[in-house]
Amino acid sequence: MKIVVCMKQVPAGTKVDIDPETGAMKRMSGDTRTNPYDLFALETALALREKTGGTVTVLTMGPPQAETMMKDAYAMGADDAVILSDRKFAGADVLATSYALSQAIHVLGDADLIICGRQTTDGDTAQVGPAIAEHMHIPHAAWVAEILDADNTAIRVRQDLVSVSQVSEIPYPCLITVDKDICVPRLPSYLLKKQTAGKPVRIMGFSNMPDQDLSRYGLVGSPTAVERMFAPPEIEKQVRLEGSADEKTERLFEILTRKKII
Amino acid sequence: MPYPYKKIEQADIDYIRAATAADRVWVGEEIANEYYRDEMPEYGVFPPELYVEVINKEEVSAVMKYAWDNNIPVVCRGAGTGLAGGATCKYGGIMMSVMRMNRIFPVDHKNQTITAEPGAYLVDVQAAAAAEGLFYPPDPGEKTASIGGNVITNAGGMKAVRYGLTRDFVRCIEAVLPDGSIMNFSSNVVKNTTGYSVKDLIIGSEGTLCVLTQVTLKLLPAPTCTCTLVMPFNSLEECADMVPKVLELPFVPTAIEFLERELIDIVERNLNKMFPVKEGNAVLIVMYDASSQQELDSAVEAAAEAALANGALDCFLADTPERAGTVWAVRGGILEGMKADSVAQEECDVVVPRSRIAEYVKAAKKIALSHGIRVEPCGHCGDGNIHTEMLRGPEMSDEEWKSATHASLTELYALSKELGGQLSGEHGIGNGRLEFLEEFVGPRMIQLYKAIKLAFDEKLILNPGKVVEFNKPAAE
Repeated sequence: MKIVVCMKQVPAGTKVDIDPETGAMKRMSGDTRTNPYDLFALETALALREKTGGTVTVLTMGPPQAETMMKDAYAMGADDAVILSDRKFAGADVLATSYALSQAIHVLGDADLIICGRQTTDGDTAQVGPAIAEHMHIPHAAWVAEILDADNTAIRVRQDLVSVSQVSEIPYPCLITVDKDICVPRLPSYLLKKQTAGKPVRIMGFSNMPDQDLSRYGLVGSPTAVERMFAPPEIEKQVRLEGSADEKTERLFEILTRKKII
Repeated sequence: MPYPYKKIEQADIDYIRAATAADRVWVGEEIANEYYRDEMPEYGVFPPELYVEVINKEEVSAVMKYAWDNNIPVVCRGAGTGLAGGATCKYGGIMMSVMRMNRIFPVDHKNQTITAEPGAYLVDVQAAAAAEGLFYPPDPGEKTASIGGNVITNAGGMKAVRYGLTRDFVRCIEAVLPDGSIMNFSSNVVKNTTGYSVKDLIIGSEGTLCVLTQVTLKLLPAPTCTCTLVMPFNSLEECADMVPKVLELPFVPTAIEFLERELIDIVERNLNKMFPVKEGNAVLIVMYDASSQQELDSAVEAAAEAALANGALDCFLADTPERAGTVWAVRGGILEGMKADSVAQEECDVVVPRSRIAEYVKAAKKIALSHGIRVEPCGHCGDGNIHTEMLRGPEMSDEEWKSATHASLTELYALSKELGGQLSGEHGIGNGRLEFLEEFVGPRMIQLYKAIKLAFDEKLILNPGKVVEFNKPAAE
């Protein structure tokens, strides 16, 4: 079975630099990390490979610096890693990003199963995964909370969709996006890191794309206009309840009810 | 002699209420059960006669002076997270909670210190330091402990390997003696050879010498990078044998812990916290802090290579806060997991020289098993402090459990002594380990302990019956 995992390098933490001219995020500034949701996607793929056999290819669109993330994926057990990197892809929104990724997956010879994280921690749209499936005309299930079963023909998943849980069996080829907490991602292995130290990460550019229509990629291919972009204020706050156990319980219940948590 | 202590009467209650506040004093049945015990009810459940929440040193002093004059025992209570049965009213009397004395003062950058009242939570002290780019290293597993409790028990924790214990970070102490006098022990100075180091004697005295009202703690610059390594081995023995190899490397680890697969399974099963490494029957967890990525990379590479050369199946790298979090969450969940997985627990907290860890671990398992007890050794093997956790299954009767744990502990302590170790590494004596102390340290040492206790508390009113026991009361 051939599995492709889409990943993204995102800014570490909430300190994000925004270009005041374009309103776009400055990707080169500050520390980066692998989008945490994507590690759940990679772990899901590696666990499925252990069950069904096959290969796991990780794919990302971004600057060549994404190599660090791809090397990390090798150390976790990925078989192949591809970075889709070209100035022509820059400034892409959900539509253009998902299109470029779907084209790249075609170049890779398509996949039985494509796994994405539920969302990224910078874009937060949770749309790129499903949009890739739409471009490829394959079924998808988003927000997958559990893999119930999988073999070489189909996968059975449970999605937690706010008010309902849905169990679906989807034949390959298909795409799923997985929620955090679906698993605990394995740690990179020092042995694999050493073994894959010299293993190249493939770079793919616009010239490799089957569709050479430039208007489908990058800023040109992005109908989304960003009006303003800013890092949200930190809203973590601490409330300390004083009093007897009964008073505190009563107060806690009141707060949680008011916030509609219970 | 102090026994029998005075029983609390209405006049005493009235006095304490007047000296503090009526709505901060509870009596008899009004006192919540949680104040009858600490985290180890196995080491004694004792209802206080009066429970008072004090808010400043003047109140502490007034309560102590009254108790001193009237021969009423007093036990100071922090967050109640101790594991030795220390903060309990063994002879009734007053339980005095300092949890409302929880102010944390601004970081003193010039002296690189932070001052807090005893009821401040350890996590809040750590966070207040971190917010200023500084670091308070002592890191016992129990994060909801109070800083006063940490100081008075000389709490250790996982990072002792590199940074040392709480004692190494206490600059000075303000405390109230049993007779009510308010004293300062040392001051905010880096060195001090003025008389006996009473400050260091108070730290770790388990609330038997004085009541802390303020502590000033040394801070360090926060390390900028950190990595946790998980080394899986086929057996616990191989795991233990690896510890001295890690310590021989030219990099000082921050923490070295080990876990057996069975213990990981217990945490996974009961707390649903999954460990990110499936390989190995036992794992060694090694953490490094560094001030540069280059230094960290060198330490990680050296440790990983050493592990592979010594039989590790691989070496996994938790190189981000999220990854390290999944490792440490399971380590931190051990006590809770074991409580959920057994009817009762008994714990041996010995510390042995680091060169003897492997010997201790191998023998400890055999000892407990020979008495029919399920045993899970785990702990801070980087400093030789091995927690040998004994778990009671539902099939064991009270009598069987008691005699089997007693027999196991007797042998385990003898083993520790033989290996050049100590009875308790970080949990203390309290009430729970008292019966084994004299045998371990000998009668001359007990004489010294008693003399020290009497120097502070000749009336034996402060936390009586803990660490040292004088004549038992006639009623017993």
